Amino acid sequence: MAASARQVFAKENPMTSVPPIPIGASKETAQDLPLRMKVTDLNFYYGKVQSLFKVNLNIATNRVTALIGPSGCGKSTLLRTFNRMHETLAHTRLTGQILLDGDDILRQDVTRLRRRIGMVFQRPNPFPKSIYDNVAYGLRVNGHKGSLNEAVEHSLRRAALWEEVKDRLNKSAYGLSGGQQQRLCIARALAVDPEVLLLDEPCSALDPISTAKIEELLIQLKENCTIVIVTHNMQQAARVSDFTAFMLTGELVEFNPTPQLFTTPTDPRTEAYITGRFG
Amino acid sequence: MERHFEKDLEELKERLLWMGSLAERAVHQAIHSVLDADEKLARTVLDEEPAINELQLEIDDRVVQLLALYQLMAADLRFVLAVARINNDLERIGDQAVNIAQSGQRIVRHPRVKPYVDLPRMSELAEEMMRDSLNALVRKDVDLAKEVLKRDDQVDQLRDQIFRELLSYMMGDSAVVFAAFELILVAKNLERIGDHATNIAEDVIYMVVGSDVRHSAPDRR
Repeated sequence: MAASARQVFAKENPMTSVPPIPIGASKETAQDLPLRMKVTDLNFYYGKVQSLFKVNLNIATNRVTALIGPSGCGKSTLLRTFNRMHETLAHTRLTGQILLDGDDILRQDVTRLRRRIGMVFQRPNPFPKSIYDNVAYGLRVNGHKGSLNEAVEHSLRRAALWEEVKDRLNKSAYGLSGGQQQRLCIARALAVDPEVLLLDEPCSALDPISTAKIEELLIQLKENCTIVIVTHNMQQAARVSDFTAFMLTGELVEFNPTPQLFTTPTDPRTEAYITGRFG
Repeated sequence: MERHFEKDLEELKERLLWMGSLAERAVHQAIHSVLDADEKLARTVLDEEPAINELQLEIDDRVVQLLALYQLMAADLRFVLAVARINNDLERIGDQAVNIAQSGQRIVRHPRVKPYVDLPRMSELAEEMMRDSLNALVRKDVDLAKEVLKRDDQVDQLRDQIFRELLSYMMGDSAVVFAAFELILVAKNLERIGDHATNIAEDVIYMVVGSDVRHSAPDRR
Protein backbone atom coordinates (compact mmCIF):
# COMPACT_ATOMS: atom_id res chain seq x y z
CA MET A 1 0.00 0.00 0.00
CA ALA A 2 2.67 2.47 1.05
CA ALA A 3 4.76 1.70 -2.03
CA SER A 4 1.90 2.48 -4.41
CA ALA A 5 1.35 5.88 -2.79
CA ARG A 6 5.03 6.71 -3.04
CA GLN A 7 5.01 5.72 -6.70
CA VAL A 8 2.32 8.25 -7.52
CA PHE A 9 3.99 11.06 -5.62
CA ALA A 10 4.86 13.91 -7.98
CA LYS A 11 8.37 15.04 -7.11
CA GLU A 12 8.02 18.25 -9.08
CA ASN A 13 5.25 19.52 -6.90
CA PRO A 14 6.49 22.64 -5.14
CA MET A 15 4.22 22.23 -2.16
CA THR A 16 5.49 18.86 -1.11
CA SER A 17 9.24 18.89 -1.36
CA VAL A 18 9.59 16.77 1.77
CA PRO A 19 9.99 13.05 1.13
CA PRO A 20 6.82 11.19 1.96
CA ILE A 21 6.52 9.41 5.27
CA PRO A 22 5.32 5.81 4.95
CA ILE A 23 1.55 5.67 5.15
CA GLY A 24 0.22 4.32 8.40
CA ALA A 25 2.24 5.47 11.40
CA SER A 26 3.72 2.47 13.16
CA LYS A 27 1.58 1.26 16.01
CA GLU A 28 3.82 -0.33 18.57
CA THR A 29 2.49 -2.73 21.08
CA ALA A 30 4.32 -3.88 24.16
CA GLN A 31 4.65 -7.33 22.62
CA ASP A 32 6.86 -6.08 19.82
CA LEU A 33 9.36 -4.34 22.03
CA PRO A 34 12.13 -5.59 24.32
CA LEU A 35 11.10 -5.49 27.95
CA ARG A 36 13.16 -3.94 30.70
CA MET A 37 10.87 -5.15 33.45
CA LYS A 38 8.23 -7.80 33.70
CA VAL A 39 5.68 -8.11 36.50
CA THR A 40 3.90 -11.44 36.87
CA ASP A 41 0.96 -12.21 39.15
CA LEU A 42 1.91 -9.60 41.72
CA ASN A 43 -0.12 -9.51 44.92
CA PHE A 44 0.73 -6.97 47.60
CA TYR A 45 -0.34 -6.73 51.22
CA TYR A 46 -0.15 -4.00 53.82
CA GLY A 47 -0.47 -6.28 56.85
CA LYS A 48 -3.64 -8.26 56.25
CA VAL A 49 -5.05 -5.83 53.72
CA GLN A 50 -4.45 -6.77 50.12
CA SER A 51 -3.88 -3.75 47.90
CA LEU A 52 -2.62 -5.21 44.63
CA PHE A 53 -4.41 -8.11 42.99
CA LYS A 54 -2.67 -10.34 40.45
CA VAL A 55 -0.99 -7.55 38.52
CA ASN A 56 0.68 -8.49 35.25
CA LEU A 57 2.57 -5.74 33.47
CA ASN A 58 5.32 -5.36 30.87
CA ILE A 59 7.59 -2.33 30.98
CA ALA A 60 9.10 -1.72 27.56
CA THR A 61 12.73 -0.66 27.32
CA ASN A 62 13.40 3.00 26.57
CA ARG A 63 9.75 3.95 26.59
CA VAL A 64 7.60 5.92 29.00
CA THR A 65 4.96 3.84 30.77
CA ALA A 66 2.35 5.74 32.78
CA LEU A 67 0.27 4.37 35.64
CA ILE A 68 -3.03 6.20 36.03
CA GLY A 69 -6.10 5.70 38.13
CA PRO A 70 -8.13 7.28 40.92
CA SER A 71 -6.70 7.86 44.39
CA GLY A 72 -6.10 4.65 46.26
CA CYS A 73 -6.02 2.47 43.15
CA GLY A 74 -2.56 1.13 43.98
CA LYS A 75 -0.47 2.88 41.35
CA SER A 76 2.08 4.29 43.80
CA THR A 77 2.12 0.99 45.68
CA LEU A 78 2.91 -0.80 42.43
CA LEU A 79 5.62 1.70 41.52
CA ARG A 80 7.33 1.29 44.86
CA THR A 81 7.64 -2.46 44.46
CA PHE A 82 9.81 -1.90 41.38
CA ASN A 83 12.77 -0.79 43.46
CA ARG A 84 11.64 -2.50 46.66
CA MET A 85 10.87 0.78 48.41
CA HIS A 86 7.96 -1.01 50.06
CA GLU A 87 10.54 -2.76 52.26
CA THR A 88 11.08 0.52 54.10
CA LEU A 89 7.62 0.01 55.58
CA ALA A 90 6.85 -2.60 58.20
CA HIS A 91 4.40 -5.44 57.60
CA THR A 92 4.37 -5.34 53.84
CA ARG A 93 4.45 -8.50 51.82
CA LEU A 94 4.31 -9.40 48.19
CA THR A 95 3.89 -12.55 46.15
CA GLY A 96 4.55 -12.99 42.47
CA GLN A 97 7.53 -12.01 40.42
CA ILE A 98 9.21 -8.81 39.30
CA LEU A 99 12.01 -9.21 36.77
CA LEU A 100 14.59 -6.65 35.73
CA ASP A 101 16.28 -7.75 32.51
CA GLY A 102 15.12 -11.25 33.27
CA ASP A 103 16.48 -11.32 36.85
CA ASP A 104 14.24 -11.51 39.90
CA ILE A 105 14.66 -8.23 41.80
CA LEU A 106 13.85 -9.88 45.12
CA ARG A 107 16.98 -11.99 44.82
CA GLN A 108 19.31 -9.07 44.16
CA ASP A 109 21.20 -6.84 46.57
CA VAL A 110 18.75 -4.04 47.24
CA THR A 111 21.33 -1.24 47.23
CA ARG A 112 22.67 -2.32 43.85
CA LEU A 113 19.08 -2.62 42.61
CA ARG A 114 18.29 0.93 43.64
CA ARG A 115 21.27 2.14 41.63
CA ARG A 116 19.83 0.50 38.55
CA ILE A 117 16.33 1.73 39.31
CA GLY A 118 16.24 5.35 40.42
CA MET A 119 13.31 7.20 41.91
CA VAL A 120 11.98 10.74 41.95
CA PHE A 121 9.23 11.69 44.36
CA GLN A 122 6.31 14.04 44.35
CA ARG A 123 7.83 16.71 46.53
CA PRO A 124 11.28 17.78 45.37
CA ASN A 125 13.64 16.55 48.10
CA PRO A 126 17.17 17.75 47.40
CA PHE A 127 19.72 17.05 50.09
CA PRO A 128 20.62 19.99 52.35
CA LYS A 129 23.82 20.40 50.38
CA SER A 130 25.12 22.35 47.43
CA ILE A 131 23.80 21.72 43.95
CA TYR A 132 27.10 20.06 43.06
CA ASP A 133 27.11 17.81 46.11
CA ASN A 134 23.53 16.72 45.53
CA VAL A 135 24.56 15.21 42.23
CA ALA A 136 28.02 14.08 43.34
CA TYR A 137 26.78 12.32 46.48
CA GLY A 138 25.61 9.15 44.76
CA LEU A 139 28.73 9.09 42.60
CA ARG A 140 31.01 9.35 45.60
CA VAL A 141 29.15 6.69 47.55
CA ASN A 142 29.46 4.32 44.62
CA GLY A 143 33.16 5.01 44.26
CA HIS A 144 33.00 6.83 40.97
CA LYS A 145 36.20 6.60 38.98
CA GLY A 146 37.04 9.38 36.58
CA SER A 147 36.25 13.08 36.70
CA LEU A 148 33.53 13.92 39.20
CA ASN A 149 33.12 17.37 37.65
CA GLU A 150 32.44 15.88 34.24
CA ALA A 151 29.98 13.38 35.65
CA VAL A 152 28.11 16.09 37.57
CA GLU A 153 27.95 18.31 34.50
CA HIS A 154 26.75 15.39 32.38
CA SER A 155 23.89 14.64 34.77
CA LEU A 156 22.88 18.26 35.07
CA ARG A 157 22.86 18.58 31.29
CA ARG A 158 20.77 15.42 30.96
CA ALA A 159 18.30 16.95 33.39
CA ALA A 160 18.21 20.19 31.34
CA LEU A 161 19.44 22.15 34.36
CA TRP A 162 23.10 22.83 33.59
CA GLU A 163 22.68 26.22 31.91
CA GLU A 164 20.64 27.50 34.84
CA VAL A 165 23.03 26.39 37.59
CA LYS A 166 26.52 26.18 36.08
CA ASP A 167 27.57 29.45 37.69
CA ARG A 168 26.37 28.55 41.17
CA LEU A 169 27.13 24.90 41.66
CA ASN A 170 28.39 25.48 45.17
CA LYS A 171 25.24 27.27 46.27
CA SER A 172 22.61 25.48 48.34
CA ALA A 173 20.09 23.43 46.44
CA TYR A 174 17.39 25.07 48.55
CA GLY A 175 17.95 28.31 46.68
CA LEU A 176 16.47 26.79 43.53
CA SER A 177 12.82 27.08 42.51
CA GLY A 178 10.50 24.09 42.89
CA GLY A 179 10.82 23.13 39.24
CA GLN A 180 14.60 23.45 39.36
CA GLN A 181 14.78 21.40 42.56
CA GLN A 182 12.80 18.65 40.91
CA ARG A 183 15.12 18.66 37.91
CA LEU A 184 18.01 18.52 40.37
CA CYS A 185 16.44 15.42 41.91
CA ILE A 186 16.22 13.95 38.42
CA ALA A 187 19.88 14.83 37.82
CA ARG A 188 20.77 13.22 41.13
CA ALA A 189 18.94 10.05 40.14
CA LEU A 190 20.56 10.06 36.70
CA ALA A 191 24.07 10.52 38.08
CA VAL A 192 24.49 6.79 38.76
CA ASP A 193 23.20 5.98 35.26
CA PRO A 194 20.13 3.96 36.13
CA GLU A 195 18.44 1.75 33.55
CA VAL A 196 15.03 2.64 34.90
CA LEU A 197 13.70 5.88 36.35
CA LEU A 198 10.58 5.77 38.49
CA LEU A 199 8.69 9.02 38.99
CA ASP A 200 5.85 9.28 41.47
CA GLU A 201 3.71 12.28 40.49
CA PRO A 202 6.82 14.34 39.80
CA CYS A 203 4.94 17.47 38.69
CA SER A 204 2.04 17.69 41.16
CA ALA A 205 3.83 20.33 43.20
CA LEU A 206 4.94 22.36 40.18
CA ASP A 207 3.57 25.20 38.04
CA PRO A 208 2.54 24.56 34.40
CA ILE A 209 5.76 25.83 32.83
CA SER A 210 8.00 23.74 35.10
CA THR A 211 5.70 20.80 34.41
CA ALA A 212 6.07 21.31 30.65
CA LYS A 213 9.86 21.48 30.97
CA ILE A 214 9.95 18.24 32.90
CA GLU A 215 7.61 16.53 30.44
CA GLU A 216 9.85 17.52 27.53
CA LEU A 217 12.81 16.31 29.55
CA LEU A 218 11.27 12.87 30.08
CA ILE A 219 10.66 12.52 26.36
CA GLN A 220 14.33 13.21 25.69
CA LEU A 221 15.52 10.97 28.52
CA LYS A 222 13.65 7.92 27.33
CA GLU A 223 16.17 7.47 24.51
CA ASN A 224 18.59 6.02 27.05
CA CYS A 225 16.40 5.24 30.01
CA THR A 226 13.22 3.32 30.70
CA ILE A 227 10.71 5.52 32.48
CA VAL A 228 7.72 4.64 34.63
CA ILE A 229 5.59 7.53 35.83
CA VAL A 230 2.67 7.57 38.21
CA THR A 231 0.36 10.50 37.63
CA HIS A 232 -3.11 11.47 38.73
CA ASN A 233 -3.13 13.91 35.82
CA MET A 234 -4.26 11.76 32.94
CA GLN A 235 -3.66 14.53 30.43
CA GLN A 236 -0.02 14.34 31.42
CA ALA A 237 -0.05 10.59 30.80
CA ALA A 238 -1.59 11.28 27.38
CA ARG A 239 1.04 13.88 26.49
CA VAL A 240 4.10 12.10 27.67
CA SER A 241 3.75 8.33 27.71
CA ASP A 242 4.02 5.59 25.11
CA PHE A 243 2.06 3.06 27.15
CA THR A 244 -0.56 3.60 29.82
CA ALA A 245 -1.79 1.27 32.53
CA PHE A 246 -5.14 2.09 34.11
CA MET A 247 -5.63 0.77 37.63
CA LEU A 248 -8.68 0.52 39.84
CA THR A 249 -8.87 -0.78 43.44
CA GLY A 250 -5.64 -2.68 43.15
CA GLU A 251 -6.34 -4.25 39.79
CA LEU A 252 -4.76 -3.53 36.45
CA VAL A 253 -7.85 -2.88 34.36
CA GLU A 254 -6.29 -1.98 31.05
CA PHE A 255 -2.83 -1.69 29.59
CA ASN A 256 -2.44 -0.37 26.05
CA PRO A 257 -0.40 1.95 23.84
CA THR A 258 -1.31 5.45 24.97
CA PRO A 259 -2.90 6.62 21.68
CA GLN A 260 -5.18 3.62 21.75
CA LEU A 261 -6.12 3.87 25.42
CA PHE A 262 -7.10 7.50 25.10
CA THR A 263 -9.02 7.20 21.83
CA THR A 264 -10.58 3.71 21.95
CA PRO A 265 -10.12 2.15 25.39
CA THR A 266 -11.07 -1.51 25.53
CA ASP A 267 -12.59 -1.47 29.03
CA PRO A 268 -15.71 0.59 29.90
CA ARG A 269 -14.18 1.45 33.28
CA THR A 270 -11.21 3.03 31.53
CA GLU A 271 -13.58 4.98 29.32
CA ALA A 272 -15.55 6.17 32.35
CA TYR A 273 -12.34 7.37 34.04
CA ILE A 274 -10.73 9.15 31.12
CA THR A 275 -13.95 10.90 30.09
CA GLY A 276 -14.28 12.25 33.61
CA ARG A 277 -17.45 10.31 34.35
CA PHE A 278 -15.93 8.19 37.05
CA GLY A 279 -17.08 8.59 40.64
CA MET B 1 9.76 26.48 24.36
CA GLU B 2 9.40 23.93 21.62
CA ARG B 3 6.95 21.14 22.47
CA HIS B 4 7.35 17.61 21.19
CA PHE B 5 3.90 17.54 19.61
CA GLU B 6 4.86 20.32 17.19
CA LYS B 7 6.59 17.70 15.13
CA ASP B 8 3.31 15.77 14.93
CA LEU B 9 1.43 18.89 13.82
CA GLU B 10 4.03 19.52 11.14
CA GLU B 11 3.78 15.93 9.93
CA LEU B 12 0.00 16.24 9.78
CA LYS B 13 0.30 19.29 7.55
CA GLU B 14 2.77 17.51 5.27
CA ARG B 15 0.46 14.51 4.90
CA LEU B 16 -2.44 16.80 4.04
CA LEU B 17 -0.38 18.68 1.46
CA TRP B 18 0.77 15.43 -0.06
CA MET B 19 -2.87 14.37 -0.35
CA GLY B 20 -3.59 17.75 -1.93
CA SER B 21 -0.90 17.24 -4.55
CA LEU B 22 -2.29 13.80 -5.40
CA ALA B 23 -5.79 15.24 -5.72
CA GLU B 24 -4.55 18.09 -7.93
CA ARG B 25 -2.75 15.69 -10.17
CA ALA B 26 -5.82 13.44 -10.37
CA VAL B 27 -8.01 16.34 -11.49
CA HIS B 28 -5.47 17.48 -14.07
CA GLN B 29 -5.03 14.02 -15.54
CA ALA B 30 -8.73 13.27 -15.47
CA ILE B 31 -9.74 16.40 -17.34
CA HIS B 32 -7.02 15.81 -19.93
CA SER B 33 -8.21 12.26 -20.42
CA VAL B 34 -11.46 13.89 -21.62
CA LEU B 35 -9.99 16.82 -23.57
CA ASP B 36 -7.33 14.69 -25.28
CA ALA B 37 -9.44 11.52 -25.52
CA ASP B 38 -6.66 9.71 -23.69
CA GLU B 39 -7.88 6.38 -22.32
CA LYS B 40 -4.55 5.51 -20.70
CA LEU B 41 -4.61 8.72 -18.70
CA ALA B 42 -8.12 7.91 -17.50
CA ARG B 43 -6.88 4.50 -16.37
CA THR B 44 -4.03 6.13 -14.43
CA VAL B 45 -6.46 8.28 -12.49
CA LEU B 46 -8.51 5.24 -11.50
CA ASP B 47 -5.41 3.29 -10.46
CA GLU B 48 -4.05 6.09 -8.32
CA GLU B 49 -7.26 6.89 -6.43
CA PRO B 50 -6.71 4.36 -3.59
CA ALA B 51 -3.68 6.36 -2.43
CA ILE B 52 -5.91 9.40 -1.83
CA ASN B 53 -8.38 7.28 0.15
CA GLU B 54 -5.60 5.73 2.23
CA LEU B 55 -4.36 9.18 3.13
CA GLN B 56 -7.84 10.24 4.21
CA LEU B 57 -7.96 7.37 6.69
CA GLU B 58 -4.47 8.05 7.95
CA ILE B 59 -5.07 11.77 8.38
CA ASP B 60 -8.31 11.18 10.28
CA ASP B 61 -6.48 8.76 12.53
CA ARG B 62 -3.76 11.31 13.23
CA VAL B 63 -6.35 14.02 13.92
CA VAL B 64 -8.14 11.91 16.53
CA GLN B 65 -4.87 11.07 18.25
CA LEU B 66 -3.64 14.66 18.30
CA LEU B 67 -6.90 15.89 19.79
CA ALA B 68 -6.99 13.13 22.43
CA LEU B 69 -3.37 13.27 23.49
CA TYR B 70 -2.34 16.87 23.43
CA GLN B 71 -5.26 19.06 24.64
CA LEU B 72 -4.67 21.44 21.75
CA MET B 73 -5.82 25.01 22.14
CA ALA B 74 -6.39 28.11 20.00
CA ALA B 75 -4.49 28.08 16.70
CA ASP B 76 -3.34 24.47 17.13
CA LEU B 77 -6.92 23.31 17.74
CA ARG B 78 -8.30 25.27 14.79
CA PHE B 79 -5.53 23.93 12.59
CA VAL B 80 -6.34 20.30 13.40
CA LEU B 81 -10.08 20.85 12.95
CA ALA B 82 -9.45 22.59 9.63
CA VAL B 83 -7.26 19.68 8.51
CA ALA B 84 -10.05 17.23 9.40
CA ARG B 85 -12.47 19.15 7.18
CA ILE B 86 -10.04 19.75 4.32
CA ASN B 87 -9.24 16.04 4.41
CA ASN B 88 -12.83 15.26 3.44
CA ASP B 89 -12.93 17.86 0.68
CA LEU B 90 -9.75 16.48 -0.85
CA GLU B 91 -11.14 12.96 -0.80
CA ARG B 92 -14.30 14.17 -2.52
CA ILE B 93 -12.18 15.96 -5.11
CA GLY B 94 -10.47 12.63 -5.71
CA ASP B 95 -13.87 11.03 -6.26
CA GLN B 96 -14.87 13.78 -8.69
CA ALA B 97 -11.62 13.19 -10.60
CA VAL B 98 -12.51 9.51 -10.86
CA ASN B 99 -15.96 10.43 -12.18
CA ILE B 100 -14.37 12.67 -14.80
CA ALA B 101 -11.93 9.91 -15.78
CA GLN B 102 -14.79 7.43 -16.14
CA SER B 103 -16.57 9.89 -18.42
CA GLY B 104 -13.28 10.10 -20.31
CA GLN B 105 -13.25 6.35 -20.81
CA ARG B 106 -16.80 6.43 -22.18
CA ILE B 107 -16.43 9.55 -24.30
CA VAL B 108 -13.43 8.15 -26.15
CA ARG B 109 -15.74 5.82 -28.08
CA HIS B 110 -17.65 8.72 -29.65
CA PRO B 111 -16.64 11.45 -32.10
CA ARG B 112 -16.00 14.83 -30.52
CA VAL B 113 -19.23 16.83 -30.16
CA LYS B 114 -17.60 20.24 -30.73
CA PRO B 115 -14.28 21.98 -30.24
CA TYR B 116 -13.64 22.29 -26.50
CA VAL B 117 -13.52 25.93 -25.47
CA ASP B 118 -15.37 26.43 -22.20
CA LEU B 119 -14.45 23.10 -20.69
CA PRO B 120 -10.68 23.76 -20.73
CA ARG B 121 -11.31 27.24 -19.29
CA MET B 122 -13.50 25.81 -16.56
CA SER B 123 -10.98 23.12 -15.68
CA GLU B 124 -8.16 25.67 -15.53
CA LEU B 125 -10.21 27.78 -13.16
CA ALA B 126 -11.09 24.82 -10.94
CA GLU B 127 -7.47 23.65 -10.84
CA GLU B 128 -6.28 27.16 -10.01
CA MET B 129 -8.81 27.39 -7.19
CA MET B 130 -7.53 24.10 -5.77
CA ARG B 131 -3.91 25.14 -6.06
CA ASP B 132 -4.48 28.55 -4.51
CA SER B 133 -6.58 27.23 -1.64
CA LEU B 134 -3.79 24.80 -0.72
CA ASN B 135 -1.16 27.52 -1.14
CA ALA B 136 -3.25 29.69 1.16
CA LEU B 137 -3.08 26.86 3.71
CA VAL B 138 0.71 26.60 3.45
CA ARG B 139 1.30 30.34 3.64
CA LYS B 140 -1.58 30.99 6.07
CA ASP B 141 -2.68 33.59 3.51
CA VAL B 142 -6.19 34.80 4.31
CA ASP B 143 -6.26 37.22 1.36
CA LEU B 144 -5.48 34.46 -1.10
CA ALA B 145 -8.18 32.30 0.47
CA LYS B 146 -10.73 35.11 0.13
CA GLU B 147 -9.77 35.50 -3.51
CA VAL B 148 -10.52 31.83 -4.13
CA LEU B 149 -14.01 32.30 -2.70
CA LYS B 150 -14.75 34.99 -5.27
CA ARG B 151 -13.89 32.75 -8.22
CA ASP B 152 -16.57 30.16 -7.42
CA ASP B 153 -19.24 32.24 -9.20
CA GLN B 154 -17.21 32.19 -12.43
CA VAL B 155 -17.03 28.41 -12.28
CA ASP B 156 -20.77 28.16 -11.73
CA GLN B 157 -21.43 30.46 -14.67
CA LEU B 158 -19.23 28.40 -16.96
CA ARG B 159 -21.07 25.28 -15.94
CA ASP B 160 -24.40 26.91 -16.84
CA GLN B 161 -22.98 28.08 -20.16
CA ILE B 162 -21.73 24.60 -21.00
CA PHE B 163 -25.08 23.04 -20.06
CA ARG B 164 -26.96 25.46 -22.33
CA GLU B 165 -24.64 24.94 -25.26
CA LEU B 166 -24.63 21.16 -25.00
CA LEU B 167 -28.41 21.03 -24.58
CA SER B 168 -28.86 22.89 -27.82
CA TYR B 169 -26.41 20.50 -29.56
CA MET B 170 -28.37 17.51 -28.26
CA MET B 171 -31.65 19.00 -29.39
CA GLY B 172 -30.19 19.62 -32.84
CA ASP B 173 -28.65 16.16 -33.37
CA SER B 174 -29.62 13.09 -31.34
CA ALA B 175 -26.44 11.25 -32.45
CA VAL B 176 -24.35 13.42 -30.13
CA VAL B 177 -26.42 12.71 -27.03
CA PHE B 178 -24.06 10.10 -25.50
CA ALA B 179 -20.96 12.26 -25.79
CA ALA B 180 -22.72 15.51 -24.90
CA PHE B 181 -24.25 13.91 -21.83
CA GLU B 182 -20.80 12.85 -20.61
CA LEU B 183 -19.53 16.39 -21.09
CA ILE B 184 -22.42 17.74 -19.04
CA LEU B 185 -21.43 15.33 -16.26
CA VAL B 186 -17.82 16.47 -16.50
CA ALA B 187 -18.89 20.11 -16.21
CA LYS B 188 -20.94 19.18 -13.16
CA ASN B 189 -17.94 17.38 -11.62
CA LEU B 190 -15.72 20.43 -12.24
CA GLU B 191 -18.26 22.71 -10.61
CA ARG B 192 -18.24 20.44 -7.54
CA ILE B 193 -14.45 20.55 -7.48
CA GLY B 194 -14.71 24.33 -7.42
CA ASP B 195 -17.10 24.05 -4.48
CA HIS B 196 -14.67 21.83 -2.59
CA ALA B 197 -11.83 24.27 -3.26
CA THR B 198 -14.08 26.99 -1.86
CA ASN B 199 -14.66 24.88 1.26
CA ILE B 200 -10.91 24.50 1.68
CA ALA B 201 -10.44 28.26 1.41
CA GLU B 202 -13.13 28.81 4.05
CA ASP B 203 -11.39 26.34 6.36
CA VAL B 204 -8.08 28.15 5.87
CA ILE B 205 -9.68 31.43 6.93
CA TYR B 206 -11.08 29.72 10.03
CA MET B 207 -7.72 28.19 10.78
CA VAL B 208 -5.79 31.45 10.50
CA VAL B 209 -8.12 34.03 12.02
CA GLY B 210 -10.85 31.99 13.67
CA SER B 211 -13.78 33.38 11.65
CA ASP B 212 -16.26 30.94 10.27
CA VAL B 213 -17.19 32.43 6.87
CA ARG B 214 -19.20 29.46 5.64
CA HIS B 215 -22.59 30.39 4.20
CA SER B 216 -21.88 34.11 4.26
CA ALA B 217 -22.07 36.32 1.14
CA PRO B 218 -18.69 37.01 -0.52
CA ASP B 219 -18.81 40.75 0.19
CA ARG B 220 -19.33 40.15 3.91
CA ARG B 221 -16.27 37.93 4.29
